[in-house]
Amino acid sequence: MELVGTIDPFIFRFTIFVLALFIGYYVVWSVTPALHTPLMSVSNAISGVVVVGALIAVGVPLLTEASMGSKILGTIALVLASINIFGGFMVTQRMLAMYKKKN
Amino acid sequence: MDANLEAILYLVSGVLFIVGIRSLSSPETARTGNLLSMLGMAIAIIVTIIGLGDITDPLTMGMIAGGILLGGGIGAVVALRVPMTDMPQVVGILNSFGGIAAVLVSVAAVLSPADFNILDATTNALFLGSSIETSLGVIIGAITFSGSIIAAGKLQGLISGSPIVFKGQHPLNALMAISAVVLVCMFVITGDATWFWAVTALAFLMGITLIIPIGGADMPVVIAILNSYSGFAGAIVGFTLGNTALIITGALVGSSGAILSYIMCKAMNRSFFSVMLGGFGGEVAAGADGVEETRPVKRGNADDAAFILKSAGSLIIVPGYGMAVAQAQHAIRELTDELTERGVSVKFAIHPVAGRMPGHMNVLLAEANVSYDDVYELEDINSEFAQTDVVLVIGANDVTNPSAKTDTSSPIYGMPVLDVENAGTVLFIKRSLASGYAGVNNPLFFEDNTMMLFSDAKKMVEDIVKAL
Repeated sequence: MELVGTIDPFIFRFTIFVLALFIGYYVVWSVTPALHTPLMSVSNAISGVVVVGALIAVGVPLLTEASMGSKILGTIALVLASINIFGGFMVTQRMLAMYKKKN
Repeated sequence: MDANLEAILYLVSGVLFIVGIRSLSSPETARTGNLLSMLGMAIAIIVTIIGLGDITDPLTMGMIAGGILLGGGIGAVVALRVPMTDMPQVVGILNSFGGIAAVLVSVAAVLSPADFNILDATTNALFLGSSIETSLGVIIGAITFSGSIIAAGKLQGLISGSPIVFKGQHPLNALMAISAVVLVCMFVITGDATWFWAVTALAFLMGITLIIPIGGADMPVVIAILNSYSGFAGAIVGFTLGNTALIITGALVGSSGAILSYIMCKAMNRSFFSVMLGGFGGEVAAGADGVEETRPVKRGNADDAAFILKSAGSLIIVPGYGMAVAQAQHAIRELTDELTERGVSVKFAIHPVAGRMPGHMNVLLAEANVSYDDVYELEDINSEFAQTDVVLVIGANDVTNPSAKTDTSSPIYGMPVLDVENAGTVLFIKRSLASGYAGVNNPLFFEDNTMMLFSDAKKMVEDIVKAL
């Protein structure tokens, strides 16, 4: 068999994305309507995983003026993503603690 | 850390997020699920920090520690203090942060592409794919940001909830969308960052002009749509970084917001496009079908209501946003306890668009210690109204309006509504005869089996409890 060249990493990422969309579709339809507000706040929290990009931007080595720009923008993004993560998870936990079964 | 191990750990955190959301299928599993999502987030953060390599210089360490502490502190204070009635605004603001964070990361990537591994060493410019990805990242992120700020402002009452429409609005939006495409093409072809800054600025403006014409009644849909956008903005950043956790999360949040906005649109019998075009609600449609109501309204007071409730065997309470505004949920719980003790069966019926965001009423009732077993969704309870003695509508209006079923000229015609008029008696607590959020009159007020209780919701419910 002959190798026909390597697959672009974009295709791999796109594959993951499309499959995750389908998982998302089925998982979200299974969420009970009573918990749609916590669903939205927990989505905010996990959207905070963009913190990964913020950390990379903060961590760039300080070589040029542009890299200082990256570090500063990264720090702002880090603060905002952290607000989403802590705020989102904590308010979700606070809401979920209120849902009680009949005693 | 080995790059393959890193990738596996990001996959683990993505899977934990999926499991976390799946566990929201029942309130019993939801808390554990939320903890699993937190674990996923912790893994993603730790793996990234380790992967940064040597970050022992004081500036970088200070920025990382300071950023997380400051953001985490603000987030914690907001999460613990915010009243549950304000959750829609909070979700709106958090959407905006998700959007702007995606913009900032994309901009940082364009500023120092080599550190983000998106620099083509042979041409010393961004990879073609990366320049498209970063452009899409800033466009969706910036629209999410400014749009969410406007939506939160409308919900908080800082900006008028009525749709703000002006002439040439749609051509303007179309022009901006075309300009954005042109600017992205110029950036991709020339590699000149000026085009990138221009498209970023344009996208911030587009967020404002897209959301400003949408009326307050449609805000639950808008919040859900922006939630979805914030997810997709994150997913695109994930493409730029080649990060699985971000791509999975973005797709999950994107689907979640899209499904919620679909549910909301369906519950209002609106199409997604008619919501986005804006201009709905705000003005009172004169008598819906043009016929002025001449029938008298039956008025009652707390004693009359208490008398009716005493002799009832079953009661369904239909709460709406008015309940939240009046902070009447705790008084309603007292009323429920009192009646349950007297052997009355009490249930709650929730319309999907009651409140200002999906599931908002459920949270408010849960906060007031109403058990979730007593709270029913529209399709589960709608057939029960006919066998129910009394319905008590508190601060809801449009979602009970029977003209949605009968009056083809009504703006809400076709919207699924709660069939409260089938019950023996309908008690309607309302401040006045004013029309609801959609600006439509409700013929239910004038029915023979309806008794209007004109008062503040909280005061009226408390008075009824006293009268019992």
